[in-house]
Amino acid sequence: MANGTESATKRGGANGKEAVPSTAPSAGHNQDLLSRAYRDMLLIRRFEERAGQLYGMGLIGGFCHLYIGQEAVVVGMQMTLQEGDQVITSYRDHGHMLATGMEARGVMAELTGRIGGYSKGKGGSMHMFSREKGFYGGHGIVGAQVALGTGLAFANWYRENGQVSLAYFGEGASNQGQVYESFNLAALLKLPCVFVIENNRYGMGTSVERASASKDLSKNGAPWGIPGEQVDGMDVMAVKAAGERAVAHCREGKGPYLLEMLTYRYRGHSMSDPAKYRTREEVQKMREQSDCIEHVRKLLLESGRGEAELKAVDDEVKAIVADAAEFAQSSPEPDESELWTDVLVETR
Amino acid sequence: MGATILMPALSPTMTEGKLSRWLKKEGDEVKSGDVLAEIETDKATMEVEAVDEGRITKLLVPEGTEGVQVNAAIAELDGGDGSAAPAGDAGTPATQQGSKAASVNLPESNATQHGGEAAKVAKTAEDYGEVSARGAARDEGVAAQAKSTDAAPEKDWGETKPITVREALRDAMSLEMRADGDVFLMGEEVAQYQGAYKISQGMLDEFGPKRVLDMPITEHGFTGMAVGAALTGLKPIVEFMTFNFAMQAIDHIINSAAKTLYMSGGQLGCPIVFRGANGAAARVAAQHSQDYTSWYAHVPGLKVIAPWSSADAKGLLRAAIRDPNPIIFLENEILYGQTFDCPVAEDFILPIGKAKVERKGTDVTIVSYSIMVGLAMQAAAELEKAGISAEVINLRTIRPLDIETVLASVRKTNRLVTLEEGWAFANIGAEVAMQVVEEAFDYLDAPPVRVAGLDVPMPYAANLEKLALPTVAQVIEAARKVTYK
Repeated sequence: MANGTESATKRGGANGKEAVPSTAPSAGHNQDLLSRAYRDMLLIRRFEERAGQLYGMGLIGGFCHLYIGQEAVVVGMQMTLQEGDQVITSYRDHGHMLATGMEARGVMAELTGRIGGYSKGKGGSMHMFSREKGFYGGHGIVGAQVALGTGLAFANWYRENGQVSLAYFGEGASNQGQVYESFNLAALLKLPCVFVIENNRYGMGTSVERASASKDLSKNGAPWGIPGEQVDGMDVMAVKAAGERAVAHCREGKGPYLLEMLTYRYRGHSMSDPAKYRTREEVQKMREQSDCIEHVRKLLLESGRGEAELKAVDDEVKAIVADAAEFAQSSPEPDESELWTDVLVETR
Repeated sequence: MGATILMPALSPTMTEGKLSRWLKKEGDEVKSGDVLAEIETDKATMEVEAVDEGRITKLLVPEGTEGVQVNAAIAELDGGDGSAAPAGDAGTPATQQGSKAASVNLPESNATQHGGEAAKVAKTAEDYGEVSARGAARDEGVAAQAKSTDAAPEKDWGETKPITVREALRDAMSLEMRADGDVFLMGEEVAQYQGAYKISQGMLDEFGPKRVLDMPITEHGFTGMAVGAALTGLKPIVEFMTFNFAMQAIDHIINSAAKTLYMSGGQLGCPIVFRGANGAAARVAAQHSQDYTSWYAHVPGLKVIAPWSSADAKGLLRAAIRDPNPIIFLENEILYGQTFDCPVAEDFILPIGKAKVERKGTDVTIVSYSIMVGLAMQAAAELEKAGISAEVINLRTIRPLDIETVLASVRKTNRLVTLEEGWAFANIGAEVAMQVVEEAFDYLDAPPVRVAGLDVPMPYAANLEKLALPTVAQVIEAARKVTYK
C-alpha cells in the first residue's frame, strides 16, 4: 500500500512528469468495469459540452464551471463506494452529481433555473444536493466543503454505521486554513473521510506552483499522520485502485486518507475565463496525450471491443444528454410562490 | 443533419461581442473541443470551442465584425460522420427562429439585430421589473413568516424554584440529550474542563466523551464539521466560548448552515444550535466585548434567540435544540451567575418567536433583550416613583421578531424606547422602531428613542467602559423624553 511519501503515479498524469502514453490493460482489469467507466465518463463529458452550449445560448446564467478533462477522478472514486457513503465537493460539481447517479435531467434543469431542477431552480450550478444519492453539494465557498465533508464523516463515526465520506477539493482550496483544521479534527477523531485533492493545476488563473509552497500535496496531511498518495487522475483504473486503498483504510476505522489526483481541466475556470494564464499548446497536448476517455477507449478497442459497441454507448449517452437538454428547456421556471419557501423548515 | 453554431455568451452580462478571428475556415473538419474563433468582449478576448462535430459548410460572420449579438448564427456545420448532435441541438424552436433571423441580417448590418437575443434582453428587463415590484410584497411575506411561528399564549407552568441561568442552560441541554441520542455538545473546554464558564459541568460524566466533545481551538473547522454533521440529521449543540470567536466561523454559520435549505430546494435542513456568551463581559476590552445580535438577525434562514432569565434560558434552549433549523442562541456571561425563578415542570418549554411582557405599564414601552432587560426593569422601577408607568418587553427571540406584542403595547402607551448593548447603527432597536413606524405610526405621540452602546470599540479602563454601555439613567432620560415629562 502506498503510504505517505510514496507516489503512485504511473502514467505521469496531468502534471506531465513523465508523459507516457497509455499502457495495455493489466490482466486484472475487469472489462465490464472499464466499459462502465467509459460510459460514465463520456456521459459527464457530453453533459458538460452541452451545458457549455446552453450557457452560450444564454439559457444558463451566472457561473458555470465545467468538469471536462477531470472525468476519471469522480468516476474512478465512485466505483469504490457503497450505498450510503457520502460525497461532497466544490462548485465544479456537475461531474460528481452524475457520477453519484443523480439524473441528468434534474441537474441540467437546475442549470437552466427551472422547477424540474434538483433545487427547484433555487440553487443553480453550484448548489445541488441529493440525500438519496449521498450527494451533499455543491458548495460555492472555496474550502468550505472540506470542513463540511469532515462533518459527514463525523456523522458516520457518531452513528458507527461503517460508512465513508469523500470530500473533494481543488489544489487551490488546499491552501485554505480550514482544510488543515479539518485534517487535524479528522485525524484526532479518526474519522472515515477520504480527502480528494483534484489538482488540475490552476486555481482560477493561478498555477499551483505560484500558489502552494508545498510541492507534493499528497504529503499535506503528513503532520497529522494522514497517509497520502499522488495518483494519475487521468487514468480511471489508477484512480479506482488508489480509491480502494483509501476507502478500505477509512472503513477499517484507521482514520482519514488523502489522495492527490493529478488531473487537468480543458476549459476555463468558469465560462467567462479567457484562460490567458496557459498556452493553447499546453491544453492541446493534454487533450491529445492524456485524455482519460480516449485512454479507456483505446483499452477497450485493444481488448477486442468493436467500434460498433462503443458507438452504441456514444449514442446512449447522447440520447440522455439530449433528453436532459430538452427537459431543461421545457421544464417551467419556478412559481413565484417558491421565492418564499424553504427559508426555514416549517414548525408546528 | 447539420448544426448551426451560435454566437456564445461568454459571461453573465455579455450581450454582444466582436468576432475578431476565425481559426477554422469553410471546409475544415472540427472535433469537439477545437477552437473555432476568438471573440472580444468588453472584458477579455476568449476562444470559442466546438461542441458539435462535423465539417464547416459556411462562415456566416466575417472576422473583424463588431457588435455580433449573442445567439446570432455565426457558422454552419454539416453532420460529419453522422455522429454529431442532431440539428435540434440549436435550442428551442423559438431560439432557432431567432438565430435564423440574425443569420440573415448579420453580414449586411450589425445595427439591426433582432432575433432571440433582443427578445431575451427584453425579457430580462421585464424580470427585473417584476422582482423590484415584488419588493413591496416582501413585508407581507415577513409578516406571514412571523405569524406562522406564533405560538399559543404563555401558559402557567406552576411551581417554580430559583436557579441560575448557568444551571438552566445545563438542565436544558441535559434534558434534551437524555431524550434524543442525536443531540450532542461540542466546543472548546466543554468536556474535561467542565466548561469555560461551567455551563456543561457534569455533562461529560453523564453522557461520555462521544456526546460531550472537547474541540481544538479551531472554530472555523469544527463549526464546519458540526454543520456537515447536521446536514445528515444529527443535532449538534456548538458552544462558542464567546460569540467573539464565532467570527472565525461565521462563513459556515451563514453560508453553510443558514442557506443550504433554500439552495437545496428544501432537501437539506440543518438542525443545529450555536450557543455561547455574547455582548460585553467586564473589563475584557474591544475584541471580547461585542453584541452580535443584529449581525445574525439580518440573515434569513437563521433563528436568533437572546434570553434574559433562567426560565428564558431553559425554556428557549430546549425549544432551540428541538427546532429543525439553525439557531443562534446568544447568552451573556454576566447573567450566567444570576438567579431567577424557573418552572420545575419536567416538560417546561417556551415557544420561539414570542416576546414576554415582563412588567405592565401604560405610559411608555421599553423594548429590550438579554442582560439589558434587567436594566429596563430597574429603570421602570425608578420611573414608577416619578409617576411614569413603563411597560417592559423582553423580546427573547429576535428573529422571527414578535412585533405584534410590541405593536400592541405601543398602541396602548403611544411611546417607544428601545434598549440594547449593541451599537445604535443598524441595531435591533432600529429595526423595531422602523417596524413600529410602518405599522403604528399614527399611534406614536413622540419619535422613538434608542438607548444603545456608544459608537466606539469597547474600552478597557473601568470608567470608560462604564460610559460606553447603557445606564439606568439613560433609560430614564429616554422615557422622560418620549413622555415629555
